[in-house]
Amino acid sequence: MPKQYSAPGSQGKGERDMSAQFMQYLLTGLTVGAIYALVALGFSIIFNASHVINFAQGEFVMIGGMVTMSLAGTGLPYLLAIPLAVVAAALVGLALEKFAVEPARGASVVTLIIITIGASIFLRGLAMLVWDKKLHALKPFTGDTPIAVAGATILPQSLWVLGVTLVIVLALTWFFSRTLFGKAILATSHNRLAAELVGINVRMVLFFSFGLSAALGAIAGILIAPITLTSYDVGVMLGLKGFAAAILGGLGSGIGAVIGGLALGVAEIMSAGYLSSAYKDAIAFVIMLAVLFFMPSGLFGKRGGERI
Amino acid sequence: MMLEVEGLGSHYGRIPALKGIDLHVGAGELVALVGANGAGKTTLLRALSGVQPVSAGRVRFEGADITTAVPDKRVRLGIVQVPEGRQVFGPLSVEDNLRLGAYLRSEAEAAQGLERVYAMFPVLKQKRREPAGALSGGQQQMLAMGRGLMALPKLLLLDEPSMGLAPKLVEEIFACVRALKADSTTIFLVDQNARAALAVADRAYVLETGRVVLAGSGAELLEDEQVKEAYLGL
Ligand SMILES: Nc1ncnc2c1ncn2[C@@H]1O[C@H](COP(=O)(O)OP(=O)(O)OP(=O)(O)O)[C@@H](O)[C@H]1O
Ligand SMILES: [Mg+2]
Repeated sequence: MPKQYSAPGSQGKGERDMSAQFMQYLLTGLTVGAIYALVALGFSIIFNASHVINFAQGEFVMIGGMVTMSLAGTGLPYLLAIPLAVVAAALVGLALEKFAVEPARGASVVTLIIITIGASIFLRGLAMLVWDKKLHALKPFTGDTPIAVAGATILPQSLWVLGVTLVIVLALTWFFSRTLFGKAILATSHNRLAAELVGINVRMVLFFSFGLSAALGAIAGILIAPITLTSYDVGVMLGLKGFAAAILGGLGSGIGAVIGGLALGVAEIMSAGYLSSAYKDAIAFVIMLAVLFFMPSGLFGKRGGERI
Repeated sequence: MMLEVEGLGSHYGRIPALKGIDLHVGAGELVALVGANGAGKTTLLRALSGVQPVSAGRVRFEGADITTAVPDKRVRLGIVQVPEGRQVFGPLSVEDNLRLGAYLRSEAEAAQGLERVYAMFPVLKQKRREPAGALSGGQQQMLAMGRGLMALPKLLLLDEPSMGLAPKLVEEIFACVRALKADSTTIFLVDQNARAALAVADRAYVLETGRVVLAGSGAELLEDEQVKEAYLGL
């Protein structure tokens, strides 16, 4: 387990330590949660465009981390390696849509979901062949000297995670509320027929959504790799956690994906810290099942994917 | 000839909805299509817009075969549909709905179109920042018409524009149809309100279970005994 997930060292029992500990868990939780949020956004974008739950979303996360690791290994600076890895993942996303989803157009949503599950298994197997089954470390972007914050510490890489996530959320908000193509995507998700009738190429919208989701997933994978390590199967857990976050926030809701991700990350780290780390992974599934059972449209979902 | 349809067939699964439709619409004409519920009127318009698979026949627009053209290509050519049930983008603002109507047009054309639509339906201008879903039924119909006009139609396909509206609003919608005709827009109009549709139309077709069973001028069909009995409730 990565060190950031464990409770900060042995401490006294003073109130100060209690609050410092809380702060530590909170910062760690938000960092993990931001990653879940990015993955959840990927789920929501594809869901909105097609009502498909893309279970290969986690593999985009893996591709981002692994390709960056390989490229950086050849001596390429991050400034080049990271954009190339994001582009590589986006191309895989576009190829997935073009060669696996598009040919099955007209098939039921369940069929499409099974196709994405198949694609995820295929991509994972391919990654195992291209790379190996080992864990790989990625150097932090800007050193690993912890920064003190309100009695707790935060890694520079966590600041990268939070900062980049914030920038992406702002950029997506701008894209969907200010650009004609962004609005066309919203229109397509709300009413596909009407979108076709105004001349929106809805197949293009779906194609683009896969590329965008893959890029978001890859960015998540690259940001988190220096903290948690990466491997050919890192996408399984991150994909499922991102899915749980999307369900919690309401599948299809952009704000829901972000809040759901952050909430899940914090809940996970808090329960690991205060209860037992044995519960860390279980908490996501408990939350997901509880939401599906008691509140199927999540915190912000309106059913039918009204807003990205 | 602006639109020529020859032997057009379409199915839902195995069930035929259109069984060899022949019709045409000339430039500048207002042609109405009347028929009972389930006759296939909406299916025909959907096929003309390219959002409904066609199993037989051909469609030509301004001489070019468009039978297999994708929907956005048809909009680009000027075939624009205002669909049954308004189908506005509920969560998006009124203005965004209109702007999306001009999705394939230039910024300048969109700006001009917006002025034109706001002049035609001032209430839309008043409510331009509100979500389309918050409008009344009549206002949503105006929005749907406005959105269609934003695409600069050469041939406007109107599917039940007066359905479910109060009489005063029906009159307003038909006034708008007449104004568009006077403005030399070619219109293919489907309406439940057969009397009003036939009265405003140059020519009309009567559709029954996927077949054209009668054709003639609007005035002729208004006087036709069969039509009177079946569609005018006389
Ligand atoms: N999505 C669909 N799936 C299966 N059958 C359909 C579908 N839509 C329409 N139909 C059938 O096709 C036939 C023609 O329907 P269509 O909607 O074109 O009729 P319409 O003339 O527009 O009727 P209305 O006046 O009710 O709008 C009907 O028998 C209808 O039941
Ligand atoms: Mg109909």
